[in-house]
Amino acid sequence: MTVKEMADALKLRVFSAGEGMKNKVAGGYTSDLLSDVMGYADTGQVWITLQTHKNVMAIASLKELSAVVLVKGFEPDEDTLALARQEQIPLLGTPDQAFEFSGRLYRMLHP
Amino acid sequence: MDLSFQIQGGDFTSAGTASSQVRRTLKELGVDASVIKRVVVALYEAEVNIVAHAYRGLITAEIKPDQVFMKLIDEGPGIADIEKAMTPGFSTASQEVREMGFGAGMGLPNICRNADVFNIHSVPGKGTTVEITIQIK
Repeated sequence: MTVKEMADALKLRVFSAGEGMKNKVAGGYTSDLLSDVMGYADTGQVWITLQTHKNVMAIASLKELSAVVLVKGFEPDEDTLALARQEQIPLLGTPDQAFEFSGRLYRMLHP
Repeated sequence: MDLSFQIQGGDFTSAGTASSQVRRTLKELGVDASVIKRVVVALYEAEVNIVAHAYRGLITAEIKPDQVFMKLIDEGPGIADIEKAMTPGFSTASQEVREMGFGAGMGLPNICRNADVFNIHSVPGKGTTVEITIQIK
């Protein structure tokens, strides 16, 4: 499944798309602690978080994550969005809370 | 090849710039992806520690065919009890920094886990020096 397919199927809001929409979704990682993601997330995973600041995209880029999904209707800061565009990493949003969204994505990845 | 970066304490908008540059250079040099991943985690955490805790710092990265050696020297409050600082979950980060999702007490453990050699030396009231060596297979 690509990020585009995930975004369509789960009706995600697209803050920033770009080349990364073709990325393959290797899994998901749900956490709001940046060092947890830095230390334990894997390449190609979708990062599910309520953090909206720029450092999220810096970590997504360093870890080569496939996309970032902001939960609970949160919107990215201006500089977060700018970095997402620059790095071509999809920045997406859902009104769901983290537990619900993680569940929906998990079910798609492990039907 | 040597790279160096000046880091400003408190400047979270630039946090990760050094790590990103070192990662790019290692990729260009064709270094194994698993090695780059470890360098990125260790260097990012050490870089963020300067931003979150120190006044300013200097990062140097020495890339050789067999290893990456990184040295981070900061001017800052230093660490009184290094053993305590190394304990997973322990942090002295401010509330503001914690709300950003930093300061979970995972930084130094993350560095430790990814480094082949890790040295930390601190003088309270002056600053901290961290040395990280990662072998290139």
